[in-house]
Amino acid sequence: MTQTPAAEPGPESGLSRRALFGLAGAAGLVVGGGVGTGVTLAATGAAAAATANVRYPFEGAHQSGILTPVQDRLHFAAFDLSTSATRDDLVSLLKDWSAAAARMTAGQDVGGGAIPAALTQPPDDTGEALGLGPSGLTITFGLGPTVFGGEDGSDRFGLRSRQPAALQPLPRFSGDALQPGLSGGDLCVQACAEDPQVAVHAIRNLSRIAFGRASIRWSQLGFGRTSSTSTSQVTARNLMGFKDGTANLKSEDPGTAADVWVQAGDDGGADWLAGGSYLVARKIRMLIEDWDHQQLGEQERVFGRDKGEGAPLSGGTEFTALDLDAVGASGKPVIDADAHVRLAHSSTNGAVILRRGFNYVDGNDALGLLSAGLFFIAFGRSPEQFIAVQRSLAGHDALNEYIKHIGSGIWAVPPGASAGGYVGETLFA
Amino acid sequence: MSTARLAAAVSATALVVVGLAGCVPNAPAGTEAIKVDITDTGCAVGTATASAGAIAFDLTNSGTDVNEFEIYAEDQLRIVGEKENITPGQTISYVAQLQPGTYYTACKFQQIGAPIGVAAFTVGGTAATLSPDDQAAETQAITNYISYIKSQTEELLPAVQTFVAAYEAGDDDTARSLFAATRAYYERIEPTAEAFGDLDPKIDYREVDALAEGLDWTGFHRIEKDLWAPKAGDLNSDGTDALAGWAPSTTEQRQQFGDGLVADVQQLYDLVHAADFSVTLADISNGAIGLLDEVAQSKISGEEDWWSHTDLSDFQANVQGAQVAFEDVKDIATAKGGADLVSQIGSRLDALNTLLAKYGSIDAGFTAYDQVSDAQRKELSDAVNALAEPLSQLTHAVLGVAEPTE
Repeated sequence: MTQTPAAEPGPESGLSRRALFGLAGAAGLVVGGGVGTGVTLAATGAAAAATANVRYPFEGAHQSGILTPVQDRLHFAAFDLSTSATRDDLVSLLKDWSAAAARMTAGQDVGGGAIPAALTQPPDDTGEALGLGPSGLTITFGLGPTVFGGEDGSDRFGLRSRQPAALQPLPRFSGDALQPGLSGGDLCVQACAEDPQVAVHAIRNLSRIAFGRASIRWSQLGFGRTSSTSTSQVTARNLMGFKDGTANLKSEDPGTAADVWVQAGDDGGADWLAGGSYLVARKIRMLIEDWDHQQLGEQERVFGRDKGEGAPLSGGTEFTALDLDAVGASGKPVIDADAHVRLAHSSTNGAVILRRGFNYVDGNDALGLLSAGLFFIAFGRSPEQFIAVQRSLAGHDALNEYIKHIGSGIWAVPPGASAGGYVGETLFA
Repeated sequence: MSTARLAAAVSATALVVVGLAGCVPNAPAGTEAIKVDITDTGCAVGTATASAGAIAFDLTNSGTDVNEFEIYAEDQLRIVGEKENITPGQTISYVAQLQPGTYYTACKFQQIGAPIGVAAFTVGGTAATLSPDDQAAETQAITNYISYIKSQTEELLPAVQTFVAAYEAGDDDTARSLFAATRAYYERIEPTAEAFGDLDPKIDYREVDALAEGLDWTGFHRIEKDLWAPKAGDLNSDGTDALAGWAPSTTEQRQQFGDGLVADVQQLYDLVHAADFSVTLADISNGAIGLLDEVAQSKISGEEDWWSHTDLSDFQANVQGAQVAFEDVKDIATAKGGADLVSQIGSRLDALNTLLAKYGSIDAGFTAYDQVSDAQRKELSDAVNALAEPLSQLTHAVLGVAEPTE
C-alpha cells in the first residue's frame, strides 16, 4: 500500500511565507491525485500553497512517514521513559502522542489549542506552527529493544514475552565510533515535513506531552532529503555532492511492500508487529573538509558513480543498472572493488532497504570543522536487511575513510493506528 | 519570574483587603478551649489532640515580651493558624479551623527567629469538603500564606545577621557553613521579594546579571565570591575571567556588603509586616509556578551558586516554597473541579522531593552541584519539567475558570 498526498485545504489554508521560502530552495514539488500520476511542479506560488496544504493521513494500516514520498525536513527524537514510568504510563503516552499526532498531521494545534480562552491558562499548543498548514507532516513512532526489558532480565512493562526476536541491539560494525548520547532510546519519533518549523513543532509538543513519562535522550534535525522513495522524486544529493540512493526501494515497485512491512507469521511471538516495520537510524559524520580536496577521480572511484549525472562508472545514465563485472583497459573493474555502490548493492550483499535519510549540519566542532553528515534512516521488514548491507560496507567501503558512524539506534515501528485507536495498540491488546 | 507575572503580583497587592476577624468561626459550644502557656522559652499546649473543625485555644503569655502562637502544617513550613501580638500577662482566645492531619504548634518570642517549643498536634475526625465558592476558605488561604511569608522573613533576618557577623569578622569557615541554610529562608519566598522591584537585585543578583544591568553588585552572591574566592584561570558563569574587574573585598568592603545585606533583608521584613501587605489567591499559585521557574532557569544549570556550588539547597528551598503555596490553595482548586490536577501535582512533587533527598537536605547539606553528573542533572531536570506542566495550570484551577470541554 502506498500513500496518496491529499492536497486539500487545511484549517489555516492560504499561502505560507515560510513554506514559500522553504520551497525556493527545493528542486521541485510533488502534488497530484495518485502515486505514479504525480507531477513535478516548478517552485511557483501555487506550488508553495500546495506544499503547505499537503496532508497525509495519520491513521491507516501502516504508519505514515515510511513509504510517504520523502519530505524535505526532519526532526527525529529518541526518548527514554522515566525510571518511574509504569506500563499504564507507556500506554497513556502512546495514546496521548497518537491523539496529538493525528491533530498536528492535519494541520491542527494540539489539545486545547495555541490560544486558550482564558489568559490564566498556559496554552496546550506551543503555537509556532499556526498558519503553516499540515506541510506534509508525518509522525512515525517506534519502540526500542529496551522497552521490552533490560539486559539484566528486568521486565518493567511486562512486555518481554512480546519482544520481536529480531528487535535486538545492532551488532558492532567495524569502524563504529558510537557515542552513547547519540545512540539508543526506549522510543523514537520521526517527524518529517516540508517546513522545518512544522517538524520541530511536532517534536516540541510531543516532548512536552511526555514530561513526567518520558524525556528526550537525543534528537536530530535534518534537511534536504538524501534519497527518494518515489519514482516521481528526483534523486537528491548528499553533502558530498553525490546523488545517493538512486537504487533505493520505491513505493511504486510491486515488491517494495514485502521488503518493508513485517508480514503476519514473520514472528509468531510478535504478530502485533505485522503491518509494521523496523527502523534503523545511523548518525554518520562526514569528514567534509578532507573530502572536499580529493580529486574528482578519487571521489568518483569512492562512490562508483560520476558526480555530474550520477551514472554508474560502468556507463549509461543515472538509472542504468550497475555493471559490476565491467573491466577497464587496465584489467581492473571499472566500478572499484571497494566502491560504495558495489558494496551497498543487493547483488553484493543480498539485501535491500528503504532509505529515508537526511543531511545534517550541527554547526561546527571545536576545530572549526563542520559537524555535518548524513542522518541515515532505513526501514525494512527485518533488521537483517540493514545488517547485511552494513556488514558489507563496514569492512571495505572506500567511503569509510571519509565518514564515521557516531550514533545508532533500532526500533520496531508498529502498524498504523486504527480509526480512533493509537499506535502500539496491537502490542497491548 | 516573567515581567508580566511580576507586574501582576505588584499591582495585585493593592486589590485585596483581608478581613481576618470575621471569617474564623467561633468554637462550638460545649468544647473546652485548649490552654497554651507561652513563656520566653516554651510553648506548652494543654493537649496534643483535637477533632477537626473549629478548635479553640486560650493563649496566655506569662513571659517578659511580646510573643505569637503558630500552627504549622506537617512540613513545618506552611502556617495554618497564627495569633500575633500577645503581650506579657495577656490571655487571649483564638480559634483555628483545621482539617484532620498532623500539625506542629510553636511560639515565637519577640515574634522573630526560629519557632520555640515545637510540638506535634494531631487532629482527628472527618475532613470537611469545601464548596466551590467558599469565600472563608479563600480568605483563610490568603491569611495563612501571608503568615508564612512573614514567618520566613522572621527567620531570615536573624539568620542573615549571624551569617554577616561571621563574614565581617573574617570567620570564613563559619560564614561558609551558614551560607546555604541562610539563603533557604529567602529562596522559599523569592517571588515575594521580586514583587518589591529593586529588593531582589540588591539581595540576590548574580555578578553577570548585575554587570549586564549596570547595577552595583551586592548581596548574597557578592559575599559568596569572597567566601569561595576564585583562583587565577577560573571563569565566571558567562565564561569571562573571574578575576577581571573583581578583587577580594577589603575589611571595609565586607562591612559595607554585610551591613547592606542586613539592611535590605530588614526592609523586606518591614514590607511584608506592613499593615497594607497583602496577596491575592493568584499571587499564591503564581508564586508556586514562579519558584519552579527559578529552579528551571538558574538552579538546574548551576549558575545560581557558581562559587559555593550549593545550588541544590536553593533548589530544595524553591521547591518547598512552591509546595507550601500549592498546599495552601489545593483544597480550593479541588473544590473548583481541579481534583485530578491537584493529585498529579502532589505526586510529581513527591517524586521530585524523593529525588532531591538522594542528594541531602537543607539541614544536613547537599552534594556540591559540581559533583552532580550531567545524567543526574538531566534526571532532576526531567522531574522539574514533569512538575512544571501541571503546576502551570494551578492558577487557572484556583481561580475556577470553567475548563473548556472538547
